[in-house]
Amino acid sequence: MKVDEALIKRVAENARLSLSEEEIKEFMPQLKEILENFSKLDEADTRDAKPSFQPVEIKNAVREDKTGKCLSQEDALKNAVHKKDGYFKGPRAV
Amino acid sequence: MKTREFIEEVKKGSISAEENIHKVLEESEKIDREYAYFNTISKELALMQAKEIDRLVKQKKAKGTLLGLPVSVKDCIVVKNVESTAGSKILKGYFPTFNATCVQKCIDEGAVIIGKTAQDEFGFGGFSLNVGVGFRIPKNPFDRERACGGSSGGSGGITQKAKFSHISLAESTGGSIAAPASFCGVAGLCPTYGLVSRYGLIDYANSLDKIGPMGKTVEECALMLNVISGHDEKDSTSLSAKKENYLDYLKKDIKNLKVAVIKEAFGKGTEGNVSKKILDKLAGLKIKYEEISLPLNYKYSLATYYLLATTEASTNLAKYCGMRYGAAEKLEGNFNEYFSKVRSLNFGKEAKRRIILGTFARMAGFRDAYYLKAEKVRTKIIEEYKKVFKKYDILISPTMPILPPKIEDIKKLTPLQNYMMDIMTVGPNVAGLPHLSVNAGTEKGLPVGMMMTADHLQEGKLIQIGKELEK
Repeated sequence: MKVDEALIKRVAENARLSLSEEEIKEFMPQLKEILENFSKLDEADTRDAKPSFQPVEIKNAVREDKTGKCLSQEDALKNAVHKKDGYFKGPRAV
Repeated sequence: MKTREFIEEVKKGSISAEENIHKVLEESEKIDREYAYFNTISKELALMQAKEIDRLVKQKKAKGTLLGLPVSVKDCIVVKNVESTAGSKILKGYFPTFNATCVQKCIDEGAVIIGKTAQDEFGFGGFSLNVGVGFRIPKNPFDRERACGGSSGGSGGITQKAKFSHISLAESTGGSIAAPASFCGVAGLCPTYGLVSRYGLIDYANSLDKIGPMGKTVEECALMLNVISGHDEKDSTSLSAKKENYLDYLKKDIKNLKVAVIKEAFGKGTEGNVSKKILDKLAGLKIKYEEISLPLNYKYSLATYYLLATTEASTNLAKYCGMRYGAAEKLEGNFNEYFSKVRSLNFGKEAKRRIILGTFARMAGFRDAYYLKAEKVRTKIIEEYKKVFKKYDILISPTMPILPPKIEDIKKLTPLQNYMMDIMTVGPNVAGLPHLSVNAGTEKGLPVGMMMTADHLQEGKLIQIGKELEK
């Protein structure tokens, strides 16, 4: 697999990061080294293995369907810089 | 004075929590100026809590197993109305409106919260060097030119330097409790995944994060684990394990424990003086032990850990986009432009690197080969451990393969070389296994940490053997 500038730019765009030219230049050989090393997982025989999304078995954890206490609107907005009329204010969508 | 004696004295009224906390805050500030262990010292909150405890003691209404005890909290664990940043500039100015479950449990038991400890940004490091933009790097308590380990570096440092009774709440994703415990010469216990509620933890990687205690002694870790363990309906991955009294294990004999050393952990990648120190310490216990091998673990757990952790981190960190909380910029451009701007200006370099790596590993076309493969390898690693635990109770290794390195030397390493230092700790973390690091003595004036790993929910056995080792 080729780790080049185009790939890093594509991944960064996906991750909503604007990397500077210096950052791309710095990250490229580092990511290449990391991914080459991690490719050794290819050799691991996992034909009979299911993925473990958790390290311990956890059964469906659902609570009773009853209304409980939740964050008040005031508290939810307390840490927001941009807000208006009791709502979060965001950037334009289009 | 032992911590449990200190708590008894507060309860009796012979030590005033308020008088004590004045001294504690003064000493913490002094240590912090030299070693940078705190992102925030919560003076106002601590004084208020201490005064309230004294008032209740006078009325003979005070109770709690941590009464008056100063507790520091890793910055990624939220404390109500105290700035909680997880060491990131993107969370500067975030004052949570609630307490993490473990923090609330400590407060309910009478603890006094003294501040938020320094860490790698979001836990992204093993040395506490990857702090966020504008944050200070905590220094090793034995030598300020050296690293104190990470990512719970501030918790490890203050636990070693504090002359006062104190316990710290730390957190581990891939070794972030054990590593600083080793480099700071203290005890650190990372519990089984799910034993302690993660509610109120600023996540790094949900399937790997565990909150656990750091103390000067194993007894302090046991005392704190008693408080913070237990089911919490606010955390859907919280276990419903039977509540235990971990202090009981301090009195148990170790002669029935079956102990093994991990062959690979004492190989050529480990400094000779570190291996020798651990084996000498083990010999001092005068118990029989055998040698076992964990080939899959030592071959694959590092790659498995980093692929899973960065994948999960890249989705967790998507929520930091300049809305709702944390850093914001002027509302300009469309949402893609705005989010990208806020994130690019406020994430540190290692955070960006891990977001790129994790986003890559889960992107269409790469997901099966990297992320999903790592999840399957995790199953194999867990199976390998489980097989060994059918025969043994405790597995022994060094916590870190090296002595605490100089900060300048770490800066010369590539990211991959940096990651490789986690080789001992990633295995138990990937498998969600409890592990305890205790100090095995010093080498050239620097501490050597010894790690014990046990099967799921066998924290008691770790406490049992750990307390013998620190004698």
